[in-house]
Amino acid sequence: MTQSEIDTIIEEHGRKESAILAILQRIQSKENYLPKEDLEYISQKLKIPLTSIFRIATFYNALSLKPRGRHKIDVCLGTACHVRGGGKILEKLERELKISVGETTKDKKFSLESVRCLGCCSLGPVAVIDGQVYGRLTQDKIPSLLKEFK
Amino acid sequence: MKIRTKTDLEKIKERGIEILYPKGIKISVGMATCGISTGAQKVYETIQNEVEKSRLPIIINQTGCIGFCQREPVVDILEPGKPRVFYQEVTPEKAMRLVHEWIENRVIKDWLFFKMEDEEWIVDNKFWNYSIKQLPKGLDGAYIYRQIPFYNKQLKIALRNCGFINPDHIEEYIARGGYFPLYKALHEMKPEDIIEEVKRSGLRGRGGAGFPTGQKWESCRRAKGDIKYVLCNADEGDPGAYMDRSVLEGDPHSVIEGMIIGAYAIGAHEGFIYVRDEYPLAIKKLQTAIHQAEEFGLLGEDILGSGFSFKINLFRGGGAFVCGESTALMASIEGKVGEPRAKHIHTTESGLWDRPSNLNNVETWNNIPVIISRGSEWYSKIGTDKSKGTKVFSIVGKVNNTGLIEVPMGITLREIVYEIGGGIPEGKKFKAVQTGGPSGGCIPESLLDLPVDFDRLTEVGSMMGSGGMIVMDESTCMVDVAKYFMNFLKDESCGKCTSCREGTKRMHEILTEITEGRGKLEYLDLLEELGWVTAEASLCALGGTAPNPVLSTLRYFRDEYKEHIINRRCPAKVCRALLKYRILPEACTMCGRCAKVCPADAISGKRKTKKEDGIPFKIDEEKCIKCGMCFESCKFNAIEVQ
Repeated sequence: MTQSEIDTIIEEHGRKESAILAILQRIQSKENYLPKEDLEYISQKLKIPLTSIFRIATFYNALSLKPRGRHKIDVCLGTACHVRGGGKILEKLERELKISVGETTKDKKFSLESVRCLGCCSLGPVAVIDGQVYGRLTQDKIPSLLKEFK
Repeated sequence: MKIRTKTDLEKIKERGIEILYPKGIKISVGMATCGISTGAQKVYETIQNEVEKSRLPIIINQTGCIGFCQREPVVDILEPGKPRVFYQEVTPEKAMRLVHEWIENRVIKDWLFFKMEDEEWIVDNKFWNYSIKQLPKGLDGAYIYRQIPFYNKQLKIALRNCGFINPDHIEEYIARGGYFPLYKALHEMKPEDIIEEVKRSGLRGRGGAGFPTGQKWESCRRAKGDIKYVLCNADEGDPGAYMDRSVLEGDPHSVIEGMIIGAYAIGAHEGFIYVRDEYPLAIKKLQTAIHQAEEFGLLGEDILGSGFSFKINLFRGGGAFVCGESTALMASIEGKVGEPRAKHIHTTESGLWDRPSNLNNVETWNNIPVIISRGSEWYSKIGTDKSKGTKVFSIVGKVNNTGLIEVPMGITLREIVYEIGGGIPEGKKFKAVQTGGPSGGCIPESLLDLPVDFDRLTEVGSMMGSGGMIVMDESTCMVDVAKYFMNFLKDESCGKCTSCREGTKRMHEILTEITEGRGKLEYLDLLEELGWVTAEASLCALGGTAPNPVLSTLRYFRDEYKEHIINRRCPAKVCRALLKYRILPEACTMCGRCAKVCPADAISGKRKTKKEDGIPFKIDEEKCIKCGMCFESCKFNAIEVQ
């Protein structure tokens, strides 16, 4: 992001310590990760040590220091989905995309993450792709589902 | 337009009633996350397009979740003079037909869910009657809402408006009694009176810990300091629990109203709602609700002409379970990482930015307007001696009727699982019900007659917790369940306390060894010892209750652990390393489907065709990765899992 774009975000959320998570989430949402240069700039502007910012970036699951894919797949591994075979859905996705959970495909198309409980437990196993919830999943539905995304 | 007087409020109520019960036909689609994830969006758009195209005199509306998530998408039709009719599992195609049938004064019996003849307005203590004058054809024999086993034993206080109002319309909330309790609190009661009422009601925190709410408010009120805060914990992180999400998506004003009343009682002028990052729809609904409340003068300066000022800030979480802990939540708002601190000094004395802070759960706040309106005497008659009121539970897992229910405390587990939940699907045998999320434990069949409240479940090694209830059957492996929870806790541990950070990791390793056939009998005692140390030496409830899933499964299902260790066998056929997939040669029809789907090329054989005989297919055990795809694909039950 450009410095002026970051300036705008900081002004919107306020130049205070408590706004740091919201600011980082805005950058994450636009860039799909937190570029080091952006973090260095924020550190300067808000006068928060860079180590503190890294601490926050590595603590919260919503943030990542490595680029995520264009399409983010969150497989629910909440208890209800687990009991209904959520683990198998995750493994099927790992096989289809040829990556492990937490990684991004080489062409940066998909990122695969696990998430604990999206709150759609009646429809387990569930996965969210780009904010859209897909319920009642089975292993054989996965290939055609992935084809829907460019 | 800002509401200043009771007359203003009553005018909005009138307007809200007209919106809720219009003169024409109104069709509502349940559009909470559960509805949307089963296709409610397309259903809504289909009806909308049809209404526009055919210029039908129909109003289309969105509501929250009515609780029976298994049967989503749910669509209801309301027309003056007729019963309110609800349809279940509606698809876009079905939606088209049922709209047209309704215009012809007919319903499609097979697709019906239930009908209603009136609606309960629990805040106002009355029923809104639909004044039925005619019945559409086909409606005879349809269940009435209250007759359905799922709803029969429920008493909806927290869920009073979910599925019945459009959460984006503050007028509808006011129509059903909303914000009148706030008026009463601000104009007819003193802060101390409000606290007394909450104390007398017996309300205990609904987030899991069950601390008496009135007492908490009193400590905060008495604490020194001019600046105080009220906070709402909407970081519902227990896997399997989504009660709070439903309230936030379907009835956000109920939480806002509760917080304003609480702030007034405590003497706070600023509040925070900390919402989980994983709940984007809830965040959106809250934003709209807060904005509307501000527009109508229910938030901001001089609320309802009382002179009291209060504002609410929304804070979005970052995807960390531990931020549901009160001190971690406050640290997160301050811009720090969500690490809990020791609570020698309570947050009611020194919390957010070291100021007196009162944190309550979504469901706790949501109960407040009803307590103010109906009174503590009425409220305290519901529930048990020490656990007053109702509780919202999510029943999920291996049970027929999954969804959200709200029942008086004291109901038994058996009633919940069998009468409301409808028992176990496919005739399988009940094994356990997991309650209280990662802080709770598994309860076996022998204890199903226990009443559910804050204290009884704790006696047997579990807890009621935030309300998640996961039903498990014979195909669930209890060792795997323990491993699952330990995996969750080890990932979510903030890392501050060695006992939690290392303890959860080691327990997870031991459980993994057991599920992979490398367990030893002495591990069982070791697990118990590790569990005890982790709980004793950790400063917050994450570490403090981390061993519960392991200890409770060891207590009631020790034999299953032993089977994994001594015989290297998983009786529930879940633990992959201990499974063998085998094709039964006699049953194999040589269709070749299994070989086609096998990702490891581990299946060989020859397809039977019209010209040639086949050779029964066989799985190479060395290559098999035990993914189960062959088992899922075989239509002839020819694959056996040992």
